[in-house]
Amino acid sequence: MKKILKSNLPELWKELSEKFNLFLPIEKRNTLNFLPWKTGEIVNLEKVRTNGSPKNLIMPQTETYLKFKCQGKKLSFEAVEEPISEYVLFGVRPCDVNSFTLLDNVFLKEPVDTFYREHRNKGLIISLACNNPDDTCFCSAFDIHPEEEILGADIAAWDLGEYLVFKGKTEKGELLIKSLENLLEEFKDEKKLIEIKESIKKEIEDLPYSNLDLKNIKESLLEIFEKEEVWEEFSKTCLGCGACTFVCPTCHCYDLLDYNASTCGEKFRCWDSCMTSDFTKMAHGNPRETQLQRLRQRFMHKLVYYPNNHDGTYLCVGCGRCVDKCPVHIDIVKIIKKLGGEKDGM
Amino acid sequence: MGCSCHDNDPLIPKVAVIKEMREDTHDVITFKIIDKDGNRPFDFLPGQCAMLSIPMIGEAIFSITSSPTEKEYIECSIKRCGKVTDYLHELEVGDEIGVRGPYGNNFPVEKIKQTDLLFIAGGIGLAPLRSVINYAMDNRSDYGLIDIVYGARTPNDLVHPKDIFEIWPKKLNTRVHLTVDIEHPDWSGAVGYVPTFVEALAFDINKTVLICGPPIMIKYTLQVLEEIGFKKEQIYTTLELKMKCGIGKCGRCNIGDKYVCKDGPVFRCDEITELPNEY
Repeated sequence: MKKILKSNLPELWKELSEKFNLFLPIEKRNTLNFLPWKTGEIVNLEKVRTNGSPKNLIMPQTETYLKFKCQGKKLSFEAVEEPISEYVLFGVRPCDVNSFTLLDNVFLKEPVDTFYREHRNKGLIISLACNNPDDTCFCSAFDIHPEEEILGADIAAWDLGEYLVFKGKTEKGELLIKSLENLLEEFKDEKKLIEIKESIKKEIEDLPYSNLDLKNIKESLLEIFEKEEVWEEFSKTCLGCGACTFVCPTCHCYDLLDYNASTCGEKFRCWDSCMTSDFTKMAHGNPRETQLQRLRQRFMHKLVYYPNNHDGTYLCVGCGRCVDKCPVHIDIVKIIKKLGGEKDGM
Repeated sequence: MGCSCHDNDPLIPKVAVIKEMREDTHDVITFKIIDKDGNRPFDFLPGQCAMLSIPMIGEAIFSITSSPTEKEYIECSIKRCGKVTDYLHELEVGDEIGVRGPYGNNFPVEKIKQTDLLFIAGGIGLAPLRSVINYAMDNRSDYGLIDIVYGARTPNDLVHPKDIFEIWPKKLNTRVHLTVDIEHPDWSGAVGYVPTFVEALAFDINKTVLICGPPIMIKYTLQVLEEIGFKKEQIYTTLELKMKCGIGKCGRCNIGDKYVCKDGPVFRCDEITELPNEY
């Protein structure tokens, strides 16, 4: 393992940014987001939660994927083959790292989404353990341990106060650490690392939302779907604004749209939201006309449909962003509890 | 220089040419579609769908109405009812569009071999069934008796008139039963809605049923079929929801944990009972 004095980090970032597009949690206009780093940016590795998730790096909010060329009646198509630069995503929290794995289950499954695959392949992920989890964090409900190394990270990092400690997790990660050797020192204080891990573990256990156990939701798909009183209660205030789907690291529904361009036209993909009424609207009607149906769809997808199709894995990582951002305080944790997903004896 | 790694991406269409447009009714045109080399754009099975794309207008998914046994082209019968279909109707022979597919599952043409087949269609719902009907006609000895029940609002709304009036009635062990919703001066045949018509025809219940049409027609016909004694396991239908990707990823065509674009569009009726009532 290697370590670096935190005061030397800008030097490390400078070196990284010369070879890669480097993304870090950066403060801009009082909001924290993963943004490209350059000298002088205000990096914040203390705050656990960025405003948006880093999913835009692997699934851009909009992305042109096809160009049409028209000549009279003749038409031709060309896949957009713009090369994606290699990038390093530095300081990703374990919940967000895990969300990438959940999206992989969808987009890397046959037939493979080659645009997504390209974004995934070009990235190197440096995770960062959560020294200061937020009150609305609940990753432990999904078996994510933010003190440990997380599957999906190329390098795992811990904040030891004065130092950041790095551990290579993949070949790609090891190589990167090796290339930065001149800036890194050997780390041997295992005891200190264990102490930090223990203290994070303790903090997570003491969080207000730590008492979830989704395996206690035992009813069938249809039974949960038909709990009208639950869906009614939570949807009656829903504005359908879609903020939850926007900030969610695991929401991945998309739309495919056309627009006029000089070449005759292009097709692009953009994020979409199951919270809006036209998401499912067809010429002959709409199967989800009410906000109740749309809200139910979102939570059923996360808690029932996705697990049914992916060996019981839930489509939520407990990052807490939706709890934070919902303007009318619709809270997935309350919904999970209402459906029975609380630890026994609570 | 690009990565040229997206040529085979499932979202990239290929160019197709409109070979023929046949006006079936005042609002339905059947398009014959080939690829640029003059061949069928892709292989498929009865019940599968094609995504057609019109640059700058959009994409929409359509059932393929021709049988896989017709190897030179695919055909889609398209009713004018929205943005993409309006535009499609304005096209001319020789125009080029985009096509990708095939998508979805298919009618179980193997499993239902040697059974008698009862097709029940309403309006444009004949489109996907015609693929199976013609497939069965071309493999006639593999299937038993064939009954085709077809209804539309008026005689002018019956699609594929040549098939239903001329070709199919002359086929071996095949009966075509037509009805229209209301009396019409040009119509001397049966009058009445499909469910009532099916009830009156009093079929024996040892048949495989394939049914397709407006949701309301399907709903009441299923009731009638069950009253007569058909089991849900004998009945197949297709569902339709808004689709964008066609490969179960964009997230909008699900009914419960099933995606209509890849787990459907063909469902056996007992499978549908297990799905939430949201379609």
